[in-house]
Amino acid sequence: MATKSLRTEVVIERPAARFAEHRPRAAREPVFHLEDVKVSYGDKAAVSDVTFDIATKEITALIGPSGCGKSTLIRCLNRMNDLIASARVDGRVLYHGQDLYGSEVDAVEVRKRIGMVFQKPNPFPKSIYDNIAFGPRVLGMKEDMDEIVERALRQAAVWDEAKDRLKSNAFGMSGGQQQRLCIARALAVEPDVILMDEPCSALDPISTGKIEELMQQLREEYSIVIVTHNMQQAARVSDRTAFFTVDPEDRVGRLVEYDATETVFTNPSEARTEAYVTGKVG
Amino acid sequence: MSAQEAIGRPSGAQRIRDAAFRMALVACLALAIGLLTVLLVDVAIDGAGKLDWNFINNFTSIDADKAGIQAALWGTIWLMGVCALFIVPVGVGTAIYLEEYADGTRWWNHLIELNVQNLAAVPSIVYGILGLAFLVRGPLSFGNVVLAGGLTLGLLVLPMVIIAGREALRAVPSSIREGSMALGATQWQTIWRQVLPAAVPGIATGVILALSRAIGETAPLIVVGAATVIAFNPTGLDSAFTAMPIQIFDWISRASNDINDYRPLAAAGILVLILLLLAMNGVAIWLRNRFEQKW
Amino acid sequence: MAAAGTTALATGRPEAPSLRAARRRWGESVIKGLLLLAALISLLTTFGIVYALLEETIVFFGEVGFSDFLFGTKWTPLFEPASFGVLPLVAGTFATTLIGLLVAIPLGLAAAVYLSEYARPRVRKTIKPILELLAGIPTIVFGYFALTFFTPEILRGFFHLDVGIFNALAAGIIIGFLIIPIVASISEDSMRSVPQALREGAFGLGASKLQVTVRVVFPAALSGIVASVVLAMSRAVGETMVVVIAGGLQPQWGADVGKSMETLTAFIAATAKGDVPTGSTEYKTLFAVGMTLFAITLVINIISIRLVRKYRQVYE
Repeated sequence: MATKSLRTEVVIERPAARFAEHRPRAAREPVFHLEDVKVSYGDKAAVSDVTFDIATKEITALIGPSGCGKSTLIRCLNRMNDLIASARVDGRVLYHGQDLYGSEVDAVEVRKRIGMVFQKPNPFPKSIYDNIAFGPRVLGMKEDMDEIVERALRQAAVWDEAKDRLKSNAFGMSGGQQQRLCIARALAVEPDVILMDEPCSALDPISTGKIEELMQQLREEYSIVIVTHNMQQAARVSDRTAFFTVDPEDRVGRLVEYDATETVFTNPSEARTEAYVTGKVG
Repeated sequence: MSAQEAIGRPSGAQRIRDAAFRMALVACLALAIGLLTVLLVDVAIDGAGKLDWNFINNFTSIDADKAGIQAALWGTIWLMGVCALFIVPVGVGTAIYLEEYADGTRWWNHLIELNVQNLAAVPSIVYGILGLAFLVRGPLSFGNVVLAGGLTLGLLVLPMVIIAGREALRAVPSSIREGSMALGATQWQTIWRQVLPAAVPGIATGVILALSRAIGETAPLIVVGAATVIAFNPTGLDSAFTAMPIQIFDWISRASNDINDYRPLAAAGILVLILLLLAMNGVAIWLRNRFEQKW
Repeated sequence: MAAAGTTALATGRPEAPSLRAARRRWGESVIKGLLLLAALISLLTTFGIVYALLEETIVFFGEVGFSDFLFGTKWTPLFEPASFGVLPLVAGTFATTLIGLLVAIPLGLAAAVYLSEYARPRVRKTIKPILELLAGIPTIVFGYFALTFFTPEILRGFFHLDVGIFNALAAGIIIGFLIIPIVASISEDSMRSVPQALREGAFGLGASKLQVTVRVVFPAALSGIVASVVLAMSRAVGETMVVVIAGGLQPQWGADVGKSMETLTAFIAATAKGDVPTGSTEYKTLFAVGMTLFAITLVINIISIRLVRKYRQVYE
């Protein structure tokens, strides 16, 4: 339909062929399985009725207007909501088949395997080297620390910029470099999954581009979940997209649609999804 | 309201009132600062003549010409040592507990907080009574010794360390804690390796300021039984002791009878005390400027 | 529902990792316990103070009548026959505190107003450390000054007042000076937190600086100012060395501030200075008077904590 292809051009910056690279991989066990997940702060629910699977070694984007609970949801996946006293998680969150919130489960072990990169780069007030080495040190990793640091910095595509000033304070780096440092820091502990909560929203377009490129490379080895309010970014980088929105009646965030990215952006099933991705709302 | 006032230009009378008010303010400030200046000059004049190495090295004596402050100086140093060894772990530990572990909604944590605020305003002499009842006599019965004196002073300034410690910890942004926990560090690992190191300058400044307060306290030491005529330096925690403020107080008490003999001694002692205080505050300010973390 | 196969932490990424902790993290609980213990020491301190004071005071009131103590006007505990009316000591504390506040409130507020509303940043930077210096000087130094300079040179010399060597007036005035920093810094804080918009609104209407300060800033900062005064009062009540050295050790049930007026704190210090056998009458009076002092400051402190909390809430 003429109108539909017009919409495609408006929303997606790269040619449709791009999507071929992002076709979801052959079915394998999902890394996360969420079932009827609800997160509340005190008695107020932030997000509710969330049921979907997150695929292994793919990039899954969570998009939606502000306040729809995507950040709240992603923080469930590595039990960061535990740090908030009033937060409560109901429903099931399975990680490789294991209940993340089981009574025997140690949140510290969870976070060793599921890493996180935050919206505003938050390097430690230490040297670049010590920033990367911190995780491996507290986790008791036995390898040679210099090798670990170099490997992590290379994986995060920031080795060239950092190698000559490993001992200098991380605060001296630019915003984009700091964020890649934070990614390197997360990679150094060899996680299974990397969660990214709006990792580029505080960065300039060039740094954003570098990080998006980095995500493509990391996808080979890690499962990535990214929260973004930038639709074009979601369309560029992700394999699957989950669209959330705030229910106007009870002000609770809910999952509206979850599908391959191409589908969500070019042929969504829900009217609300279509309205959001075409820029009519949100 | 005159027409001029309504338009917005102050009238002549108003301008005079304004100027007079401003002058009154400056005069008040000058009065306060003036008194401070007179005080310092007076002490300096009274005591400077006596301030020499003999004064530092001699012990107190009936003969005012030979009296010195050595026992008091060392007593103070010992007391500060005991005090510091007490307030750092207890004060910082309390601050860490209240800031990092305590659930603010629980009533008992609220009680601990309120209690610290109240303790900060209890008169220092009451701490002396506490020390007398529990440390010097009573259950622990240490006697009139360095340990009792140091712990009494420690209890007195503990609230200062707790309050300063909490502020220093609070100044560390939560993003640092989140970043550390997200890597799989435990809460204590996060505190010990990230939060506390970043808070050390603020904590150290707080400890030094607390010690500056403790060093000048006389009343609690009087009640706890610091000796006034003592001619030896402390030999251990169980040793009798004197301290600079106590020695100064003793000389002042005699000064009212023999104005010329003991007054210079008291003044010289005060000068030494003030110099010590200036040095400590200088270190605190230097620490703060040199190591303060700008987030 | 643990999956089969645990993994070593350091080598490679697990496909089916166990999420149970390698060993129970009891170290964390131990540390939390130790820290709680540290926090409890401050609670213990308060209990200790109250217990110590109460224990001996109750014994004391077994021997001395409660109303004799609280309402008696003769304090001669060491005479034969002894009289234990605490009112003269309370009068001494009251007099020195009142005089102190009469000095500290105007001077302290003036300093606060000047620093907050009038002073240029460079002037502020010079004056604030001076006020901090005033706050940091040990009270024994003030006591020395009061006795050796202020009474002879200023009160008797310059003003030709007929006051004794030890008198409550000198003690009160010097206490006033030493609590100025408390009034000044908290009031200044409070005034500076008044939003600039309020001042600008008034200036825009044509008000002069004096009018803005007195009619806009002052009322807006009032709860902070009152809090500072209450805190200063608490400090003045608890002040010992100035009154011991310069205020005199003769209790007086009267209002002649030109003469000696022993305060609650001065009595405790003077009595404890000598050797006081446990269980003796002197020993018990120490605690009874201490209890009185503590009770008075406790009431003042509770009021002040409430006020400070209220003032903070306004602008947060």
